[in-house]
Amino acid sequence: MSASFRPLLRHVLAKRCTPLSTNPSVRYASSFQWQDPVLLDTLLTDEERAISDAARRYCQGSLMPRVLEGYRDETFDKNIMLELGELGFLGPTIEGYGCSAVSSVAYGLIAREVERVDSGYRSAMSVQSSLVMLPLEMFGNDEQRGRFLPDLAKGKIIGCFGLTEPNHGSDPGSMETVARPHPTKEGVYLLSGAKNWITNSPIADVLLVWAKLDGVIRGFLVERSKAGPGLATPQIKGKTALRASVTGMINMDDVEVAKENMLPDIQGLKGPFSCLNSARYGIAWGTIGALEGALALARQYALDRKQFKSNPLAKYQLIQKKLADALTDISYGLLACVQVGRLKDAGKVEPEMIGMIKRHNCDRALENTRKLMEIFGGNATSDEYHIGRIAANLFVVQTYEGQSDIHALALGRAITGINAFY
Amino acid sequence: MPPRLNIVVPIKRVIDFAIKPRISAAKNAIETNGVKFSMNPFCEIAIEEAVRLRESSKDLVESITLVSAGSAKIQDTLRAGLALGADKATLIDIPAIDDSKSLELEPLAVAKLLKAFVEKSNANLVIMGKQAIDDDSNQTGQMLAGLLNWSQATNASKVTVDEASGVVTVAREVDGGTETVSAPLPLVITTDLRLNTPRYTKLQDIMKAKKKKTEKITPEDLGVDVTSRLEIVSLSEPPKRTGGGKADSVDALIGKLKGVGAI
Repeated sequence: MSASFRPLLRHVLAKRCTPLSTNPSVRYASSFQWQDPVLLDTLLTDEERAISDAARRYCQGSLMPRVLEGYRDETFDKNIMLELGELGFLGPTIEGYGCSAVSSVAYGLIAREVERVDSGYRSAMSVQSSLVMLPLEMFGNDEQRGRFLPDLAKGKIIGCFGLTEPNHGSDPGSMETVARPHPTKEGVYLLSGAKNWITNSPIADVLLVWAKLDGVIRGFLVERSKAGPGLATPQIKGKTALRASVTGMINMDDVEVAKENMLPDIQGLKGPFSCLNSARYGIAWGTIGALEGALALARQYALDRKQFKSNPLAKYQLIQKKLADALTDISYGLLACVQVGRLKDAGKVEPEMIGMIKRHNCDRALENTRKLMEIFGGNATSDEYHIGRIAANLFVVQTYEGQSDIHALALGRAITGINAFY
Repeated sequence: MPPRLNIVVPIKRVIDFAIKPRISAAKNAIETNGVKFSMNPFCEIAIEEAVRLRESSKDLVESITLVSAGSAKIQDTLRAGLALGADKATLIDIPAIDDSKSLELEPLAVAKLLKAFVEKSNANLVIMGKQAIDDDSNQTGQMLAGLLNWSQATNASKVTVDEASGVVTVAREVDGGTETVSAPLPLVITTDLRLNTPRYTKLQDIMKAKKKKTEKITPEDLGVDVTSRLEIVSLSEPPKRTGGGKADSVDALIGKLKGVGAI
């Protein structure tokens, strides 16, 4: 396991002792830490702090150097899954099977660090952890868990979650993918249909596909090695966001799935929605990580770039307001995440809480990052400044796992008791 | 019978390397209020080297013990070290030191504490960072070797242990290049940047570290007086850089260099 820690350390050791007083504009120094505005550590256990530090080290040292090229060339290094697995970051809340049974807050902290680098990387991780490993833990039987979880935890096999279809996004209940019993072979189902915008599908070894069996939604673990020629997972190329992660379709034409691979204990939308709940919770943390990354970049650019009378941009009021707004939303966003994470572990969380923090944190992260992008001027269009990639990614993060308007309707329904979906 | 290594790794909690240090309002100390701390990077390299020695040969390393002196806040740092692969940790509790006072133990006091601890733990090898990134003293390892009357190999960039003879060979980075020294155990080694690249911490190891033992002792238990013998008179930032000048001919340049006493 190699690290880019050493060059990072050497670079920072060289820069470390630049005193503030060489910058003529700086006159104010306070104890307020903009990198940690509400002293989040005071809300965490020792273990959670250690996990957050370890995740940040790995993500900054090993993921950050890869993201520019990955995003530019639209390539995803599968080794990332192995690395995440080796460090125990996949399915960390699961008990047994090589996983560590850490708290939901710890899971959120990991998501925050991964997405501080790139939302696409965090998508790949969320899919594996919350949308493949977690349903196996919640709804699989012992045999299925034993068969898949250990290798998923190590990142040796990659999973994906097939719910969304070309014609059914916000309305998964109307999905058209069907499963039917094989006409001649006993204990085999045939799956036919199409799924769209599936993170990891082109590289997945196991695909958790949701399909209607006799009109009832069931979950099927499709194994690529056993699926035959009826399964195709073409990559969706030329994306304008999440380019560092692999997205594709799942096209199935009578793909064979053994009945041992159907999730036994769950039917209907409850299955996929339970998984999405967990992923959405991770996203509420992750999206704040992205905003924190954007703020750090924008702040540094504003301190370095000078216009008019050799003033750094950071001296101007309109610039400072953008930074202040972002920092405020980061603070409030993190506090909400911690509380919801604690409630989740205490068994008291409701889906609407998670929908609420996902919606709000994503909306704030997207809007703030677009504003922070303005600080960079024309340089925002150069991917070397990263800010354009973060803003582009955040549009998708706001959209998937329940677009913000959909979560608003879920909240409205909970508040009023009246369904306004349709 | 080939010697087994009983390794002590002293570590220090310092202001995180990514943070720019500032002088506090009172102007006599570095501001530590609310500032992020972490393990001194050279100490991480020391722990990594001890763990690699263990991994290089079965039964070579008997134990890896961390030790650090300071307030209760260094618990986190010791736990991080346990998660990197050390077996147990000792905290030398000095409550008088806490972040807001920014008191620092002096290298000689630390060396005396470590001497007593090393002798108590029957260690035969100390691997420690060459210096801490806060005071950059680069003294403690050398003083410790002197107090223990052990061999020392500082600024190590490569460490090899001959299991049969117990002789340790160390390549040292010196100004002119690389110097190779060797000595039998016991020995103090201080680590330089290029000795190794520390591994990333695994979640599983963070969980395992919770079960590893950390004991607390005091300087009195070791019979050491840690009172400061040095007084920091003042602390100030480096002077502001003033502009340079241009010389328009070689003669003018030589004249200017002579004028400032550079040649």
